[in-house]
Amino acid sequence: MEDNSARLFNDRLIRRLILALIVVVNVLIVGIVLALCVRSWPILDGTPLGRLLFSTEWHPSTGKFGLLTFIVGTFAVTAGAMLLAVPPCLLSAIYLSEYAPRWIRTLSAPLIDLLAGIPSVIYGLWGVLVIVPLVQDRIAPLFGVKSTGYSVLAAAVVLAVMIVPVLVHISVEVMKAVPRELREASLSLGATRWETVKHVVLRKSRSGLFAAGVLATSRALGETMAVLMVAGNYVFALPRTPFDQAYPLPALIANNYGEMLSMPHYEAALMAAALVLLLIVLIFNVTSQAILLRFARA
Amino acid sequence: MNRRSAEESIFKGLMGLSFLAILAALATIVGTVVWKGLPAMNWDMLTKTPSGGFYLGGSGGVLNAIVGSLYLAGGATVASSCLALPIVLGLNVYARRASRLVTFTRFSMDVLAGVPSIVFGAVGYVLMVALGLKASLLAGIIAVALLILPIMIKAMDEVVRLVPQEMAEASAALGATRLETAFLVVARQALPGLATAVLIAFGRGVGDAASVLFTAGFTDNIPDSLMSPAATLPLAVFFQLGSNLPEVQERAYAAALILMAMILIVSLVTRELSRRLSRHNVR
Amino acid sequence: MPEPSTTHISVRNLSVHYGGQPALKNVSVNIPDRKITAVLGPSGCGKTTFLRCLNRLVDTVDGVSVSGQVLVDGEDLFDPAAEVTHIRKKMGLLSQRPYPLPMSIYDNVAYGPRIHGQSDRGELDALVEHHLKLAGLWDEVKGRLRAPATSLSIGQQQRLCLARGLAVGPEIILADEPTSALDPISSAHIEGKFKELRDQYTIVIVTHILRQARRLADYVIFMYMGELVEHGPAAEVFNAPREKQTREYISGVIS
Repeated sequence: MEDNSARLFNDRLIRRLILALIVVVNVLIVGIVLALCVRSWPILDGTPLGRLLFSTEWHPSTGKFGLLTFIVGTFAVTAGAMLLAVPPCLLSAIYLSEYAPRWIRTLSAPLIDLLAGIPSVIYGLWGVLVIVPLVQDRIAPLFGVKSTGYSVLAAAVVLAVMIVPVLVHISVEVMKAVPRELREASLSLGATRWETVKHVVLRKSRSGLFAAGVLATSRALGETMAVLMVAGNYVFALPRTPFDQAYPLPALIANNYGEMLSMPHYEAALMAAALVLLLIVLIFNVTSQAILLRFARA
Repeated sequence: MNRRSAEESIFKGLMGLSFLAILAALATIVGTVVWKGLPAMNWDMLTKTPSGGFYLGGSGGVLNAIVGSLYLAGGATVASSCLALPIVLGLNVYARRASRLVTFTRFSMDVLAGVPSIVFGAVGYVLMVALGLKASLLAGIIAVALLILPIMIKAMDEVVRLVPQEMAEASAALGATRLETAFLVVARQALPGLATAVLIAFGRGVGDAASVLFTAGFTDNIPDSLMSPAATLPLAVFFQLGSNLPEVQERAYAAALILMAMILIVSLVTRELSRRLSRHNVR
Repeated sequence: MPEPSTTHISVRNLSVHYGGQPALKNVSVNIPDRKITAVLGPSGCGKTTFLRCLNRLVDTVDGVSVSGQVLVDGEDLFDPAAEVTHIRKKMGLLSQRPYPLPMSIYDNVAYGPRIHGQSDRGELDALVEHHLKLAGLWDEVKGRLRAPATSLSIGQQQRLCLARGLAVGPEIILADEPTSALDPISSAHIEGKFKELRDQYTIVIVTHILRQARRLADYVIFMYMGELVEHGPAAEVFNAPREKQTREYISGVIS
């Protein structure tokens, strides 16, 4: 049957093509790292790694490119966001998965989806219009500090709200996946709902909750536009308090693309910043994956 | 007994507060955009491109950015669907389930999905320079396609995985090749999920700004070819908000309202489409 | 003929609907004290729902509505003012598959007592040992009490769940097809335990294995399509069933 051999030929051909595609998509990440390495080579080649990573001196016009301010800024806003977001998100997820009546659950799912779909520029706009003035006029005076409002705190608040959908959505899924019979086993021993949550549900879902935290953190580490709009972007000093300005890596890259061809090595320095950001996220992700594997084995 | 139920009540109270706080945040975000955007909204915003002196408060609208965003996200969605669909079907039909390649691919998609969009922007820029392109619709499409590819693959994989193995076996038992099984049976069963995945990726493409910052350029005109630069709505919001003129800032609010409405429409269409497409599904 | 005994659980006009679909229709029965009561019936007849009403786990399901009363020692379980955790403490539950809690063997047994306020180390040790022995598991696990409960075989896990249930000091043991996931040897082990425990506990066992019911039951409840068809002492129901459906079920015409 001629027809049949054509079918089989197609099948084999497509199979090869698809396998090739799969291989390509797997090496994509390597390609990305290499591309950034190549473009930032002029900097990587001339500057000792220690000075690139641990110097705070950033004077493009004199060829000084220390990234420490930006690295610290990145970690500061991310840590702040996680601190602000994790407790309420965990509690809300417990509420949604264990306590909430059905109508609240069915209503909240699309709302959380909506929150996840809002573009980061809009979060940024909200930050500028609501959070920045709030920090400037209300929160900073509360602590007796003067602040423009554009600060680590403002960025952390905006980021925290941005990662809410990730945290809540995944946490609810993870807790729902705990078998009902396990809850019943605990309840039938006379445990209250809360005791069941505390000792059984949370314990059973801890690796999934950890994974949710990892995903949210890596989202926060790389978030650009919203942070750029509210963090203040001050180049010359490390942030000391939550009310100081910060200048995270993504904001640095986004802010200076226009001028990067104007000075020698500037472009390479920004590509190096992108590379450092990428490596931070990758190392963070891979380490967490390893920890998760440990969890799974234990 | 009393202490136990007291602890439960305290935590239930905290849960309620947390949940309300999250709802309140959502409400103030949507509220702010609508409150600020509606007064600045008019037909010109939707139907006109910026005219002379637009950024000094002149007349015009952001049609260039609306169309640019649609072109860019649409192009990128088409491009990355063409890659994502065969890859996902390949992972689930051709490769043995749980083979090392499949596991590794899933892991590397997780990693790739974690790459910040600004990094995709930088890589898109590197590619653009390497290919000898200028900042253009095409370069932007490449950067956004890279950004949404892992998102799409993950979302598609999630639904295709749920197609029962028995269904593929039933098709194979009728003498279908794996290619036919993949596209006629597995893809059909997973169609609602696949459509959702495509639209989710499209939504991400419309909303993302960092990846197109370097690559798409910005222009007051509607792009007329793949090689001409393209404006996008998120960048229109960003640039206009940075202005010192209140009139221009107002337009940023209006543009944000348009962007939000677009995202909302995409998400509603996604829901409706996935409901309609699941008609034929075996449950 | 067994001597008439006192009632431990009294079910009155109990009806259950899942989202409008009836699952139990107006069931009334008295479950005798310190006897093994077997709930029999084909699958989907409502016997599991019936069991889940006895400790009110039924209302953890969405869209369920319950009417009627379940009196345990005269206290109505479905009274809105009832202290559910307190009543549940009186009952141990053994489900179809063993569900060990995500903790060690020791902590699984100690979980209940700890929740109910026992924190003394020595007391807990003694409780754990006593109940593991009661469930016939002690000799197999005494060297590895700190190992995760999931490291046990399925049969051992089921006995662990029994020990866990016994450790809160219940008066009633509810068992939902407790041997359906087990191999024959583990099943025999569990059945043997039930026989040993029958003098001290009221045991309600849901099963679709007729021979298991014959081996164990003092009292039988037969259900069909959500209705209570027949109930009475085991010898009567098995040897001289009054209803046609019961006869057909016992003779294997319907199953």
